[in-house]
Amino acid sequence: MPWYAGYAMLTKRIIPCLDVTGGRVVKGRSFVGLRDAGDPVELAAFYDRAGADELVFLDITASSDGRDTMIDVVKRVSEQVFIPLTVGGGVRSAADVRRLLQAGADKVAMNTAAVLDPAAFAEAAEAFGNQCMVIAIDARRVGHDGPAADPGLLADDHPGRRGLALGPDSRWEVYVHGGRTPTGIDAVKWAEYAVGLGAGEVLLTSMDRDGHLDGYDLELTRAVADAVPVPVIASGGAGNPSHMAEAVSDGPGGGGADAALAASIFHYGEFTVAEAKRQMAAAGLPIREATS
Amino acid sequence: MEPIVIIDYGAGNLRSVQKAFERLGHRAVFASDPAALADAPAIVFPGQGASPPAMAALERDGMGDAVRAAIAAGTPFFGVCLGLQVLLERSEEGDTACLGVIPGTVKRFDGRLKVPHMGWNAVEPRGEHPVFDGVPPGSYFYFVHSYYAAPSDEAWVAGTTTYGTEFASVVARGNLVATQFHPEKSGEVGLRLYDNFVKHLVRPRAT
Repeated sequence: MPWYAGYAMLTKRIIPCLDVTGGRVVKGRSFVGLRDAGDPVELAAFYDRAGADELVFLDITASSDGRDTMIDVVKRVSEQVFIPLTVGGGVRSAADVRRLLQAGADKVAMNTAAVLDPAAFAEAAEAFGNQCMVIAIDARRVGHDGPAADPGLLADDHPGRRGLALGPDSRWEVYVHGGRTPTGIDAVKWAEYAVGLGAGEVLLTSMDRDGHLDGYDLELTRAVADAVPVPVIASGGAGNPSHMAEAVSDGPGGGGADAALAASIFHYGEFTVAEAKRQMAAAGLPIREATS
Repeated sequence: MEPIVIIDYGAGNLRSVQKAFERLGHRAVFASDPAALADAPAIVFPGQGASPPAMAALERDGMGDAVRAAIAAGTPFFGVCLGLQVLLERSEEGDTACLGVIPGTVKRFDGRLKVPHMGWNAVEPRGEHPVFDGVPPGSYFYFVHSYYAAPSDEAWVAGTTTYGTEFASVVARGNLVATQFHPEKSGEVGLRLYDNFVKHLVRPRAT
């Protein structure tokens, strides 16, 4: 038996992701039995009952008014739902992180702001602990026809201009601004660097796969999971439970992730969290069985 | 019953702990003044983050002494996460002297494991502690931590979890119980643990 025989007792996590704007969840289908499928509290409670291991709330509002609304959403959800809550979207500073944590978030994800201002991410990790800081990375395979990174995007002394820059062996590039802006940064190197800044977890989204429902980018997931000593959440491309099983499988060909995030397949009701978990458990993966 | 006192020493988000007790119908208030512990019917001692700043905060304002005194006086006491770790004698995290309520040390997980140990893991009760009333053995609870308690006296261990190594995820003796996991983030079984604490350790003393 290997030294890590007990390792597998830590279960692989299934994480529904909810996009929020103006205090409402978008992309929701009409859930059976819910009075209001756009209400974040109702949806969070629904996913909790279905066996979700955590929830991610993504603030897709750009305005500062929207930020205050998001704080209120986090407060209301955390009063009613007793599973971990990660909040991301537009988080720019340690002060933003503090407000979300005080509102009831357990973890806060930074993406664009961490790339453009790594010191802000490090400051938040120092102040609140690595365990509540998630680095969210939007990664895209190199070699497509899109525009190259604007050389003015990163400060002159930014590590993305030197050690983290794309090289001949790079396979994925970091994008920011909701996936619109290339950075010239190698995604795997950035993940490692961000852990050094204090990230306790990596939320890794494949832009190539996102929205296509044909499976996660397993090579990307595996490359990052092997590179960093912290948990990795695979995101982008889930179309069915076997995709989720592949993403978290530690075996050959698996993504080696610790958690699988999905939005569409749960929101539109193709599969419930409980069904996904049953299939993953049947595949031999360590899963916390849904209780109801 | 007077409200349960949740100790606020600046170590993390306490709101969900309070909401969990309120959901169960138990009033809970925050206290950052050590004097508030003396008359408390029960104390919850949460905590997140690192041991060195937490211990510095506890020793700075006398809260550490108040915690030791309350436990010695028999006040029902529930430690959570870092609130468990600082009860031991010493932590490897920053080589920090802790409160010394429980003999033993706090150790870091093996470097080959993914750290923090983050997610849902099984807890196997050892013995028959009343906080596990109605909680099936092997139930899953939510963990987020990089260090774990290693009591030198096995009699303190009330539940264990395996992550690379088997460690004490629940410690208990008399009026004191503490969990490495977060009951307030562990769904129904987590709330059950808090409810059992009130039902079996707090209420019998309060009446």
